[in-house]
Amino acid sequence: MTAQVFIPKDTTAVALGADGLALKMAQNIESRSLDAEVQRNGSRGMFWLEPMVEVKTESSRIAFGPVNASDIESVLDAIDDHLAGKSIDHSLYLGEVEKIDYLAKQQRLTFKRAGVGDPICLSQYQGLSGFKGLAKAISMTGQEIVDEIKNSGLRGRGGAAFPAGIKWQTVLDTPGEQKYIVCNADEGDSGTFADRLLMESDPYQLIEGMTIAGLAVGANQGYIYLRSEYPFAHKILNDAIKRATEAGFLGSNICESGKDFFLEVRLGAGAYICGEETSLLESLEGKRGMVRAKPPLPAIEGLFGKPTVVNNVLTLGAAATILEQGSDSYKDFGMGRSRGTLAVQLAGNVKQGGLIELAFGTTLREVVEGFGCGTHSGRPVRAIQMGGPLGAFLPESQWDTPLDYESFAEIKAMIGHGGIVVFDDTADMAAQARFAMEFCVVESCGKCTPCRIGATRGVEVIDRIVGDQDRDNNLILLHELCDTMELGSLCAMGGMTPFPVRSALTYFEEDFGINSRRDH
Amino acid sequence: MNAKNNNVDQLIEQYKTLPGGLLPLLHAIKHALGYIPESTVGSIAKGFNLSRAEVHGVISFYHDFNTQPVGHHRVQICRAEACQSMGSRQIESHAKQSLGIEYGETTSDGMVTLEPVYCLGNCACSPSIRINDDIYARVDKSRFDQLISELNMPELDKVETSS
Repeated sequence: MTAQVFIPKDTTAVALGADGLALKMAQNIESRSLDAEVQRNGSRGMFWLEPMVEVKTESSRIAFGPVNASDIESVLDAIDDHLAGKSIDHSLYLGEVEKIDYLAKQQRLTFKRAGVGDPICLSQYQGLSGFKGLAKAISMTGQEIVDEIKNSGLRGRGGAAFPAGIKWQTVLDTPGEQKYIVCNADEGDSGTFADRLLMESDPYQLIEGMTIAGLAVGANQGYIYLRSEYPFAHKILNDAIKRATEAGFLGSNICESGKDFFLEVRLGAGAYICGEETSLLESLEGKRGMVRAKPPLPAIEGLFGKPTVVNNVLTLGAAATILEQGSDSYKDFGMGRSRGTLAVQLAGNVKQGGLIELAFGTTLREVVEGFGCGTHSGRPVRAIQMGGPLGAFLPESQWDTPLDYESFAEIKAMIGHGGIVVFDDTADMAAQARFAMEFCVVESCGKCTPCRIGATRGVEVIDRIVGDQDRDNNLILLHELCDTMELGSLCAMGGMTPFPVRSALTYFEEDFGINSRRDH
Repeated sequence: MNAKNNNVDQLIEQYKTLPGGLLPLLHAIKHALGYIPESTVGSIAKGFNLSRAEVHGVISFYHDFNTQPVGHHRVQICRAEACQSMGSRQIESHAKQSLGIEYGETTSDGMVTLEPVYCLGNCACSPSIRINDDIYARVDKSRFDQLISELNMPELDKVETSS
């Protein structure tokens, strides 16, 4: 058998030189007349090892990483040895892929196929249990599918953690000729890339999940609202939709079921607020992304006023897994009311950043220390921001909190979309608090005054505090401003921007010049 | 200008019946012309049966839609938290200084327009920048300079630059 040499074609791997590496590797394999061929796979999500080169033979699948162009010759020597049955001696050799600690310690359900092969190869997807969930869904009634999702305990992975089954039930129960499935792929939170990884490495899973949702609630049209910052995911989704349509998994009469489901990708235009579901719907309708007041719920009056399921990429992906493996098996993972797995994204100043899919309940410390192995800079970790730009900054005293929606809510923090950004001890938390307000200035849709104007005032007040201008009174003012934003904004943009600000003030007050001489 | 307007008119015809077609149209115009000329607002409004104010409102809401021509290459620096934790603020000031422009401006030779971006989804290997449709990871000052120097020929194909 010709050995397959896999080099990922995923945004992060390519950003680290994977395209050039693949080209050179193919040339060198040819010039050496090696019995091997280069293939492009998705990424496993072990981004600190990218570009990671995997070699698959009949008996094994081994990896090297991170591989640079200058390592090609020596890696090919090692592959040569391996193919000749000799043992491998190379500093970048990682052993069997599946046994790499970082991957072996995970519970991969949603990301089980990521990086295994060519993301848009349909037969590969089907060979790895793809479209089995859809086949089951086709044999079920809408209510039976919704019951499976309800029983699984799946909650929205976008951030709000609303029970997906209840949302689907509402759409199913709302009468209407036309209903829609909308996938929120506007993954704007800093420190998050799970949606992108799934779309780039296993796009058919999202397509399958959306089709299942369509069958469940009686919708024949789906839209993936994708952020424009993901040009490669855009291309791959369009390719995958085309192939799935040609193969009869999308379009009219899917899989001879008599049911239709059409799917289209729509591109956002660089507005963070469009990740908020009602703003996203406005944008999909071709309008300014202004947040809508709820009620009416999108499930009742959503896209173009029709009943609409709006779910995150990972929620819809999980739906495919749940249908395939059964809701009881999915429910077995997790803790409390957080069932299944969470795609943790470890990012920022971290040594081993990447995608870590784990059952709910692991602590933040276990992730950052056990998987991340400390900071990239080698300095001590000072603060961790979980849940994107609206998430709190957490000091070490909070790192033993288990990853569970309720446990995080108790400490006024949030899991959100699962992004973890690590900061070392050089971070200036007052500057980060200021940035949180500044970001809100740039990204507020402008509908609610506390958000639109409060954020601008917030930047000014923080500047005065740091500049020691009437500090005590400005601190009172900042807290009052945060109260106003939290209580007077329609959505999480204005309502939660105070979270990072207040947590920075509470845990890192010395950075604001407060009690700077006090020993900590 | 006429050729441009003809092109835009064709695009309006193509997108006006698409549900929620205004954003796809604006992307298409931007793709074709590099920007959305103010002069097209009237015909877009007519084609979509909207007021000029509504069309202007949509264009001005989104960061992606510029109404003035931009440089040959669009360079975006990620300002989001993960990149900040890895020193993107220094890249940001270095970029502004070395190019001699602020965000939203274009170099005098028309080569580069510098823009901020809030997350490229490449947060495990920060700091990140985007040049046109290519994303680069672990960018430091010298890597930034190297990438900019490679832009001297229009639309130079991305070359192998692993170090």
